[in-house]
Amino acid sequence: MPKEDAIQVEAKVLETLPNAMFRLQLDNTHKVLAHISGKMRKNFIRILPGDRVLVELSPYDLARGRIVYRFK
Amino acid sequence: MIDIKGGEQLKLMDRANTIVRTILAELARMVDPGLTTEDLDRHADRRLKEEGARSAFKGYRLAGSPDYPAVLCVSLNEEVVHGIPSRKRVLRAGDLLSLDFGAVVDGYYGDAAVTVEVGRVSDEASHLNRTTRESLLKAVEATRAGNHISDISAAVQTHVEGRGYSIVRDFVGHGIGRKLHEEPQVPNYVATGGPDPRLEVGMVLAIEPMVAAGRADVELDRRDGWTVRTKDRSLAAHWELSVAVTGAGPWVLGGPVDGMVTT
Repeated sequence: MPKEDAIQVEAKVLETLPNAMFRLQLDNTHKVLAHISGKMRKNFIRILPGDRVLVELSPYDLARGRIVYRFK
Repeated sequence: MIDIKGGEQLKLMDRANTIVRTILAELARMVDPGLTTEDLDRHADRRLKEEGARSAFKGYRLAGSPDYPAVLCVSLNEEVVHGIPSRKRVLRAGDLLSLDFGAVVDGYYGDAAVTVEVGRVSDEASHLNRTTRESLLKAVEATRAGNHISDISAAVQTHVEGRGYSIVRDFVGHGIGRKLHEEPQVPNYVATGGPDPRLEVGMVLAIEPMVAAGRADVELDRRDGWTVRTKDRSLAAHWELSVAVTGAGPWVLGGPVDGMVTT
């Protein structure tokens, strides 16, 4: 079968939740729940409501994602 | 979520795979210079009906391509996967022919592939083919509860790259069961950054190394929307088995493979 890569999209942080989870809104207005990638957690990059981030969505579950980058 | 299969489901999948592997063996015996790839598809189609099974491939939808028109995938030489059978495509001695075939029995899928040498092939083609098959058997051995998907990937990658060949990365193995393609993806190379699920009893994986003699890059035929070729037109080989993770080790559905180390 063809390899399905994670889809990367930009989103805005709506609220921060416990356990390093975040509620995001994609530019197409969809809301997704995302956790933060291990690399970002290690380097202690703070994410606050209103920040713009790059989120990786699994092709299997478009309602959940992983934040891989915070735009400055 | 990776679907976990129970004993009854595994039995149905074993039946589906037995049909697939039986028909593949018949096709491999039929292969001879002068035969067309459509002849092989016809035989497979007729035998599927005799066995009371449905094709897993015919009518399959892939985004951006027309529905798959045949029951068999026939990929010759530089074609890696998803070649469409044709009455214009005549087999010639020296061809390396991959046959990929799938069946559905009572809602459960079976999927397997072999690469067949037409007449006498070059030593290079034969070595590529043998290496690809061996890499699949190594992968089967790694399909054990407690291991991770990456252990399967590593088994293939080490064997193939150690012999100087390239792993096609744009296509991957997959979970299989009530659908042809289920989670998880099973890359034939150790992928970094992605998920790497742990194997549990009841998971079923279709493991399918696709190996190129030259570079790994492939391209899709724009006219038929299906055939995948190596970009450098180097030879490719492809083998596939559906394997269940059991408490007693890997269970190759559809029967054991000759030359396989058993559990």
